[in-house]
Amino acid sequence: MLPSEFAALEPFTPWVLETERERYSKRLASSMEEMQAFYDVAFPLLEQASEHLDNYPLDELPEPERNLLLLMFSLVNVSFPVEVWKQARVPDSGAAYMDLVVEPKV
Amino acid sequence: MPHFAKPSAGSWTEQYPELGTSPVNYEDSIDPAYYEAEREAVFKRTWLNVGRVEQVPKTGSYFTKELAVADTSLIVVRGRDKEIRAFHNICRHRGNKLVWNDFPGEEVKGTCRQFTCKYHAWRYSLDGELTFVQQEQEFFDLDKSEYGLKQVRCEVWEGFVFVNLDPNALPLREYLGDLAKGLEGYPFHEMTEVFTYRAEIGSNWKLFIDAFAEFYHAPVLHMKQAVKDEADKLFNVGYEALHYEIHSPHSMISSWGGMSPPKDLSIVKPIERVLRSGLFGPWEAPDIGGLDPLPPGLNPGGHRAWGNDSFEFFPNMTLLIWKPGWYLTYHYWPTAVDRHIFEANLYFVPARTARERLKQELAAVTFKEYALQDGNTLEATQTMLKSRVVTDFPLCDQELLLRHLHKTVADHVKEHTDAAQ
Repeated sequence: MLPSEFAALEPFTPWVLETERERYSKRLASSMEEMQAFYDVAFPLLEQASEHLDNYPLDELPEPERNLLLLMFSLVNVSFPVEVWKQARVPDSGAAYMDLVVEPKV
Repeated sequence: MPHFAKPSAGSWTEQYPELGTSPVNYEDSIDPAYYEAEREAVFKRTWLNVGRVEQVPKTGSYFTKELAVADTSLIVVRGRDKEIRAFHNICRHRGNKLVWNDFPGEEVKGTCRQFTCKYHAWRYSLDGELTFVQQEQEFFDLDKSEYGLKQVRCEVWEGFVFVNLDPNALPLREYLGDLAKGLEGYPFHEMTEVFTYRAEIGSNWKLFIDAFAEFYHAPVLHMKQAVKDEADKLFNVGYEALHYEIHSPHSMISSWGGMSPPKDLSIVKPIERVLRSGLFGPWEAPDIGGLDPLPPGLNPGGHRAWGNDSFEFFPNMTLLIWKPGWYLTYHYWPTAVDRHIFEANLYFVPARTARERLKQELAAVTFKEYALQDGNTLEATQTMLKSRVVTDFPLCDQELLLRHLHKTVADHVKEHTDAAQ
């Protein structure tokens, strides 16, 4: 599902999700342990993934590369809980929600 | 001691003596009768930004805009002559909503050659003429030329599409005035990659403008967003803007932006260090024309520490331009005295590489983390304002734009009420 250089990320392919809404929902449905485990493997590969993906035009990413990019979008989404919040929800956000209704296609 | 010079009047607020410095009464955000007056005096009489030209790129491209505050829905469409027009979204036959999909209350977009009513198939051209009536012979001397769609004033400034329900309103450019003129030439047309957020907020629409028209709350409400040492420092320093300007009914705040890029990388989160992006956007500006030099209306204080300018175009559009070459708009669409729809759009130059796209993703995700805290706080504010336990609230010099907003709405309401008597 992912480029072979990124085989270490294969256990986390459930985080390959098409939309921000799906990524954010999965974040809310995940425990801190699950997100930490994903982050611990994915974050050290972020720079390498960016370099790898930059070998391709953004609108012509092969399927494994596109999956890798979507996975890195999920890493961005869980970085807040892991790096600062220590919880899945944004603190002080209560019942507030905010839907991303338009996002750039990849 | 202020970090940045204040005007000779002694404060930003005292530069505008008509605003006064007394506590401000917030009855205007809880009184249903006042809300009804606002709908008539403000939203049915001012220019409202409903989108951008890129949303109607070719002949027949259209979108609908729900204007609950004015009890209507509009269709914005590009005609065969390439002109963008706006119409009330109502069929002239029996008043059905003309353009909608499964759910009448939801906004829709698309491309078509003509508009056909779902009810009895009356058809209208892209410029609003009635072109077909089902069983026309059954009607009584029906003159189709008298039953075109009801048109609404629609004008474009720098690619932003505005409508006005008042046929006697001043032309858009005259209404937007000097603050807008100073932004002309900014490369808005290059920044066509959009992230659109939408939320329903349980507060009066003005309270969200209050939240985004000052940055003074940021070191407090958003304290946990920064790493601890940085948060403590920000809290102790507080917040001061570089510059304020009011060209009533519009206003602006000019702010510093030391995080883009930060002088000290240890103050930002690990993911920001890798992607070189964050709340203030990608740290490096895109390679396009129009950013150097900037239009004269940006960084009006000419300050070296400049990071962004946020413009409040009355009544409900915020346009925030960041130094590294991207911008945001916020819109606050009232649905009741204590509710509104909040829309935020983040506009970037389209990413060419995955790395650029990841930077934008981080900026967009970060925006949401902040905005959720703002939205939720507003609901807490609304509930307590409604108690009327306290009615008047002191606003500081960094809350100048709030003072101006509430007074401007009040002036519109008073003028309209007086004229009706």
